[in-house]
Amino acid sequence: MIDIIINVTLLAFLAITAVAIVRMNNLFAIIMLFGIFSLLSAGLFVVMDAADVAFTEAAVGAGISTVLMLATLALTKDHKEKRPLGHRPWLPLAVVIVTGAALVYGTIDIPRFGDPTAPQQTHVAPYYIEKSMPDTGVPNMVTAVLASYRGFDTLGETVVVFTAGIAVLLLIGGRRSKKNSEKPDVKEDDET
Amino acid sequence: MKHNLILRVVSKFLIPLIILFALYVQFHGDFGPGGGFQAGVIFSAAIILYALVFGLDVAEKIIPLKLLKILSAIGVLLYAGVGVATQFLGGNYLEYGVLGSTQVAGQHLGILLVELGVGITVASVMLIIFFAFAGRGRP
Repeated sequence: MIDIIINVTLLAFLAITAVAIVRMNNLFAIIMLFGIFSLLSAGLFVVMDAADVAFTEAAVGAGISTVLMLATLALTKDHKEKRPLGHRPWLPLAVVIVTGAALVYGTIDIPRFGDPTAPQQTHVAPYYIEKSMPDTGVPNMVTAVLASYRGFDTLGETVVVFTAGIAVLLLIGGRRSKKNSEKPDVKEDDET
Repeated sequence: MKHNLILRVVSKFLIPLIILFALYVQFHGDFGPGGGFQAGVIFSAAIILYALVFGLDVAEKIIPLKLLKILSAIGVLLYAGVGVATQFLGGNYLEYGVLGSTQVAGQHLGILLVELGVGITVASVMLIIFFAFAGRGRP
């Protein structure tokens, strides 16, 4: 019962935040609302007993990405979203309504939350639940699956994060301020 | 934000706790929620908070960009290196069981090392991205 109340409250706040984001055109406020949106989603994940996902959502969505978006906003000159004149939003509205209706129609076939006969519970999940403790000795099943059973995937994810860092360094990492170009430093140039 | 006294005092008090929590999430990830990715992000959040309050230059003095570049590669190499080590010990790639005397001990060591690699890479890459974005705005 308490779950339902918390879920309804959180989802209502999510919807309010989403509408507020759409209605606003102050980019600074929108970024802060994005952070709140992520925090509310993290709360929803906690209610669904997905503590690991909630952790990630709170740290990345509400923390790091908000800071990064603020840093990006600091680089731009205009902090207001510009609305194109003579813009008719009817076609996008129709597309959104049709897509949303299709998605809602799709949810009708989805098994209920926590249904033990759902396909995702009958495939490999029973194996993990039964064997992860004797196989790995790690009580946190999420960690066991992530690092051991799905070790290759996690290696790939780590490489993706590493690649993202390299890409950012290549694109905007080298500081080319006037100070540097006036006094060219050979060592610095070699590095970049 | 350099002149905000309350922010400076409170963040000085909070940053060690955040780093401690990151280490807890890192090494306790086998037992409770968390793991390398979350720990890395929390750790970098502590440094980013420091950079926001005390200035980017001071933060870059603590963790230089050069060190971050090396660390981000070390994390991936640690992860991939565990796989190579298991191959040398006669197992398949990333088959942790051969690392210890028993299957469970090996798994424990392997998961710990792999999560550490993930944590190092994630923390340093997040900081690299933040320094790249924030450093762009400097005159």
